[in-house]
Amino acid sequence: MYGNDFASPSDAPSASPEPVEPGLEDFWRIVGEDGRIEPRDAMPEDYRSSLVRQIAQHAHSEIIGMQPEGEWISRAPSLRRKAILMAKVQDEAGHGLYLYAAAETLGVDRAELLDMLHTGRQKYSSIFNYPTLTWADIGTIGWLVDGAAIVNQVPLCRCSYGPYARAMVRVCKEESFHQRQGFEALYTLSHGTPQQHEMAQDAVDRWWWPSLMMFGPHDSGPHATAGHTAKSMAWGVKRFSNDDLRQRFVDMTVPQAEALGLTLPDPDLRWNESRGHYDFGEIDFNELFEVIKGNGPCNAERMANRRRAHEEGAWVREAATAYAEKTAARRTAGAA
Amino acid sequence: MTSRVPPSSAESPEAPSAPTRSSSENPARALADYVLGLGDDALVAAQRMGEWIAKAPQIEEDVALGNIALDLLGQARSLLTYAGSLLDPPRSEDDLAYLREAGDFRCVHLVERPGGDFGVAVARLLILSAYHCELYAALSASRDGTLAGIAAKAVKEVDYHRDHATLWTLRLGDGTNESHTRMQAALAAEWPYVEELFDGSHLDPALVQRGVAVDPATLRTAFYRRVSQVVDQATLVLPGTVPAEGGGRCGRHTEHLESLLADLQGLTRAHPGATW
Ligand SMILES: [Fe+2]
Ligand SMILES: [Fe+2]
Repeated sequence: MYGNDFASPSDAPSASPEPVEPGLEDFWRIVGEDGRIEPRDAMPEDYRSSLVRQIAQHAHSEIIGMQPEGEWISRAPSLRRKAILMAKVQDEAGHGLYLYAAAETLGVDRAELLDMLHTGRQKYSSIFNYPTLTWADIGTIGWLVDGAAIVNQVPLCRCSYGPYARAMVRVCKEESFHQRQGFEALYTLSHGTPQQHEMAQDAVDRWWWPSLMMFGPHDSGPHATAGHTAKSMAWGVKRFSNDDLRQRFVDMTVPQAEALGLTLPDPDLRWNESRGHYDFGEIDFNELFEVIKGNGPCNAERMANRRRAHEEGAWVREAATAYAEKTAARRTAGAA
Repeated sequence: MTSRVPPSSAESPEAPSAPTRSSSENPARALADYVLGLGDDALVAAQRMGEWIAKAPQIEEDVALGNIALDLLGQARSLLTYAGSLLDPPRSEDDLAYLREAGDFRCVHLVERPGGDFGVAVARLLILSAYHCELYAALSASRDGTLAGIAAKAVKEVDYHRDHATLWTLRLGDGTNESHTRMQAALAAEWPYVEELFDGSHLDPALVQRGVAVDPATLRTAFYRRVSQVVDQATLVLPGTVPAEGGGRCGRHTEHLESLLADLQGLTRAHPGATW
């Protein structure tokens, strides 16, 4: 989710071998040549449905992800930070729009997908079920959460489905902007008053492990055939395993934490000369699966807010539709 | 009375002094007060508009209202920065936004009242943007170069705000029965706060004579012409409500400004002297 597609083990489908279907020769050739599948091209039904689910979950994540940060727009501690945060949250709404549009090229419509979100049949990234307790959470989310999203999403810019790949190019540009802004906001706190530094450290302590969980469960080594990874890789949607992406994120982030003057809450975190990577501690995936199942600290609140916005907006959307119909009818009557 | 401000901030040496009454003997102060009024309108309107982000009826509106809030915030920042530079000692935009008491704010009541449904947001934006269009168009000819520059940039932004508000007024007014009823109710709720926009009694006449400030009363005719056209086309009627008392330009506010500022200023005031 959030560019990475996984579910809790209980609802993960078993990976079945791809049936050889006639008429899909072009599909497999394009995928084999690392080309792009476009909406009109023939594609396996489970490629289509799996992409719909992945893109929709990604879109839902952008939209739900507006909430934890949106809560701080009114309280941002300077007008400059307020403007940056407003623009960031607005960008996330824009990401949602690109992604719903990409999903719509696969023959679903946004209203349907939103309904799946509102009724809990589709999920969003669990990272947004954690609360934003202090202002430092805003910088930390930009640095770690947008940072992890970039690591997940950069390979998707080359994914086999054209509309998704193109949406990801736009999204990634903005996410890297968010990541730098988050880093800069956190740097200011870390080098500010002792209370500000403490606030920054506390936020990083709370967000570090959930950020690592954004990459999903283990899917390399003995776990390689679990979940969607194997299929998704054969389709050219997924390029790297969850574990590889997570390692890339850790390797990238540790030096940044040092530059920030903040520590990461993992006693096992250390450079491994022979691997050429940082080793890190065991992730508590039980926590992740609990949050996915709906037992995270903010699941209920995020969904209630989303449903409320949607329900309270129903009369507005109905009015827009009615007005569009009236004006179209008037135009026809005028032309007749 | 609500208590809202951490006790330390009241005596904070950095807290700017309350703007005094405009005075022809102190032209910089009179101009600062005028610019503060414009800046506070934009700041408080941006704060209210920002409340819609992540709560709008559709995602396109999260984006559009976010854009409008950002424009208003940008205008507020330019205006407050300029107002602060005219004060002695000078104040930053953040000093003015975060360290003044409600009674030192100069915004009109229209912008400070809590948001209602989407119809209220549209009605309020229609009123504010139509006023802003006339105001900034006139102000871009100000003899004060800084003010003219800020207005010239803002006039393009508020033109988009007015288009957006117009589009939604039409959709809601001429949409369904429910939306028509709601939009008419929203107009009725906001209308008492229109007249305060055109009250220039707080304004130092010398500023207007020197071609620096715009007498808001001169904007009234064009405003009503434009808004009544939109309201008419939307199959709505202009409410005949009695104007509310007003007084925002002199620092008399609704109780809602207090709670808005508690939210806006709370974190900053809890960390005196910190940079963010
Ligand atoms: Fe995003
Ligand atoms: Fe982002």
